[in-house]
Amino acid sequence: MENLQLLAMIQAYTGIGIGLMIGLGAAGACIGVGIMCSRFLEGAARQPELMPQLQVKVFLLLGLIDASFIIGVGLAMLFAFGNPLLAVIPG
Amino acid sequence: MAAEQELTPTGYITHHLTFNAERIGGEAAGGFWTLHVDTLVTSVILGALSLGVLWWIARGATSGVPNRRQAFAELAFDFIDEQVKSIFTHGNRHPFIAPVALTVFVWVLMMNAMDFLPLDWVAGALRLIGLHEWRLVPTADVNTTFALALSVWLLMIYFSVKVKGLGGWIHELFCAPFGSNPLAWPANLLFNLVEYVSKPLSHSLRLYGNMYAGEIIFILLWIWAATSLTGTAFATLLGVGWAIFHILIVVLQAFIFMMLTVVYLAMAHEHH
Repeated sequence: MENLQLLAMIQAYTGIGIGLMIGLGAAGACIGVGIMCSRFLEGAARQPELMPQLQVKVFLLLGLIDASFIIGVGLAMLFAFGNPLLAVIPG
Repeated sequence: MAAEQELTPTGYITHHLTFNAERIGGEAAGGFWTLHVDTLVTSVILGALSLGVLWWIARGATSGVPNRRQAFAELAFDFIDEQVKSIFTHGNRHPFIAPVALTVFVWVLMMNAMDFLPLDWVAGALRLIGLHEWRLVPTADVNTTFALALSVWLLMIYFSVKVKGLGGWIHELFCAPFGSNPLAWPANLLFNLVEYVSKPLSHSLRLYGNMYAGEIIFILLWIWAATSLTGTAFATLLGVGWAIFHILIVVLQAFIFMMLTVVYLAMAHEHH
């Protein structure tokens, strides 16, 4: 019974942690991409002849901005399915 | 499914994310000499195949009217050359930098593209030849991406030393970006160390995270599809959406990996 309580507590807080990791990461990534793309649209409207080059750079920067978020998702998945914090409970 | 693993979601996921690991030397699980056989074999086969095809096409290349194979290879070559030309302005890019970019792009693209093959079908086919665990996507293994990123990192250091000399490089470690006042040496060193550590880390983990998270989300969607009828309906919808998005991610991450390789190598050629 004691073990079950400890297990439940660890799982609960891990669940909250996973939500925060993915949620805050997504918020940061989406806001960043939104700002970048709004500048791209503005720049494309001012100088349409540069649009192809700028578009290539947009995709490059998209991947760079997404990096931390995706690393966070990977870590969150680790906690969801192979939670190392559970090792502290014996048995 | 293998009989020794019960069919729970966690069991299914753990089975699909376990490497076919082979221990040579050392008995400890996860010791330094544990080889991930599936990653090694898949990446070597893909590399030999894709780069071998390019080499074979280049061998039969003519400067007259190209046939379709050669036109395709020239497409890839021109695309990479355009990108490298705009970034690497420190001399002749053709002996080394552009070939490295082409190799990295084609190889990482092929390894990422293994994610398009349906996992359960391939696993079924592989089980016929006796392999019960085989992870298809080499770049979903952190070892592969770190191997690539650390190779680029070593090349970065090599080119830095080659262009600036060993003394020049050490001088730059201590004196850029804040100037050569001895009081600024610790700050300079700290900045440069952070830069040298964060570059390979982000380079590798970006690619690894994208591929690994992609796989996990596919697996989770399939588990959801197996639970109920509504689950199947929704999971199919979301699965199609995610699969289309993932096609973009596969190509984009290979492109980003290549661009960053060229950018890092170009930055290594710079003098401060």
